[in-house]
Amino acid sequence: MKLGLVVDLDTCVGCHGCATACKQWNTSGTIGPLSDKDPYGRDPNGAWLNRIRTYEVDDSPNSKTVNMPMSCMHCDNAACVTVCPTGASYKREEDGIVLVDQDKCMGCNLCSWACPYGARELDPQQGTMKKCTLCVDRIYDEKLPEDERKPACVMTCPTKSRVFGDFDDPDSEVSQLVRERAGKQLMPELGYNPVNTYLPPRNKPVVETYDVSSVKNTVKKWVNKVIAR
Amino acid sequence: MHPAFSVLVFTVMSGAGYGLITLMVIAHMSGLAQLQDSSTLLSGGILAFLLISGGLLSSTLHLANPKNAWRSFSRFRTSWLSREAVFAVLFYPFLLLYLFGIYSQGTELNGFFQLMGTVAAILAMVTLFCTSMIYASLKTIRQWNSALTPMNYLALGLMSGSLLLAAVQGIVAGDLNGTLQNAALGLVVLGSVTKLIYLFWIGKPQGSTIQTATGFTQASVRLLDQGHTSNSFLNDEFGYTVEANKLLRLRGGMLLLAFVLPFILLMLNSAALTLIAALLAIGGLLVERWLFFAEARHVVRLYHGDQRT
Repeated sequence: MKLGLVVDLDTCVGCHGCATACKQWNTSGTIGPLSDKDPYGRDPNGAWLNRIRTYEVDDSPNSKTVNMPMSCMHCDNAACVTVCPTGASYKREEDGIVLVDQDKCMGCNLCSWACPYGARELDPQQGTMKKCTLCVDRIYDEKLPEDERKPACVMTCPTKSRVFGDFDDPDSEVSQLVRERAGKQLMPELGYNPVNTYLPPRNKPVVETYDVSSVKNTVKKWVNKVIAR
Repeated sequence: MHPAFSVLVFTVMSGAGYGLITLMVIAHMSGLAQLQDSSTLLSGGILAFLLISGGLLSSTLHLANPKNAWRSFSRFRTSWLSREAVFAVLFYPFLLLYLFGIYSQGTELNGFFQLMGTVAAILAMVTLFCTSMIYASLKTIRQWNSALTPMNYLALGLMSGSLLLAAVQGIVAGDLNGTLQNAALGLVVLGSVTKLIYLFWIGKPQGSTIQTATGFTQASVRLLDQGHTSNSFLNDEFGYTVEANKLLRLRGGMLLLAFVLPFILLMLNSAALTLIAALLAIGGLLVERWLFFAEARHVVRLYHGDQRT
């Protein structure tokens, strides 16, 4: 099994719901609290496992705003695990989830240096590294109804732009989406082979606009100008 | 990259200590006349011991959760940081046995103590190499991910070690030795050349861009919003930015302090000035290590709006 997420950049509206749901679930989840430093003060700081950034792609008038949520990519070739000196970082054989054993981490930051996606953040209170667990404490929880055994970010996404599934199964929803929508890995040149895949925005037909010039419209424009003054 | 002071002190001090002990063992074993003196050898050995131990203690200061530091010996097969920790500890018994041999037998060591000294010298270089590979193995930082990084660490460690060795010998014996002085001069030149090659090499734009980072490779990409109004761990750790003209001034100061001034002071044939040269070089190497971090740009910066690293 190779569990991971597909993020649809076409439909993501950048509401930060996934990040908030993630923080809410994981602060009482398997990796202990996700603490904050000075949360209500002038310069709040804290560990989040999910960040949403917004980009402008291409130049005006063809530009497009793209929201890009990023969490751990659960890379096939996870350098964060290789560099870890204590063995706290590990990648699970059975489903490919990369986790940090909070009891072993010594907070040397080296794994966060090795991660190109900024997926790891140091907990300012505990001094240990925190990262996305793919909600390992939800997805296998048999007390939850079957359709809720998904990561918190996927459950909460209002536009369904996050999909969770098994990339090893060619018939899973995620594999199909990646095939049909030409899913992309981020920074493939570094060779980390990230599992999470991003679906690029679709090419939509441009709505044509007409500017009909007639005597009636010209008069209307004049009237509008006069009234506006 | 944010330059953590404890790491700067650690890499410079332990580098000088490892360089000092390696060169001292080589000079002693090869029978350099002025080093066949147990008080010089013991002074040099104790200085190396203090520098290395001080550096290693300083390195634990940057750990956020040091109570688990003992676990860092456990991933020898994959992690360079773990290898460094293992070799750094393994080095001590050999160094102490070598120094004990000098203390008990004088400079004419028997085969066993000679072997201890040789192994200590080899382990010193291996440890320094492992330290440099922690940085050189990171594909995320193109300024570090190069064979030039271990070259720099080894050359600069040997350089500062050679200056310290010449100074210790000069002060203990009261008279500067020509061979050690020439070795130090040669290593200062070697160090400055490797540093200049490194500075030249990192100036060339290459590697990932904001396009490959976001996957939009056919258009320009600009950051509109990083998603949070105050700083995060990522901004603090990787977003460290210094003005370009300040970096240039510091580069000039570093080259002057670490290479030019020690070279000139060494030429003046005085033991006291050689000690000053060694101290200046170590100060210059602290600036050099600071620049090594401040000029390194992690690819996470691309997600925060940098167009290239």
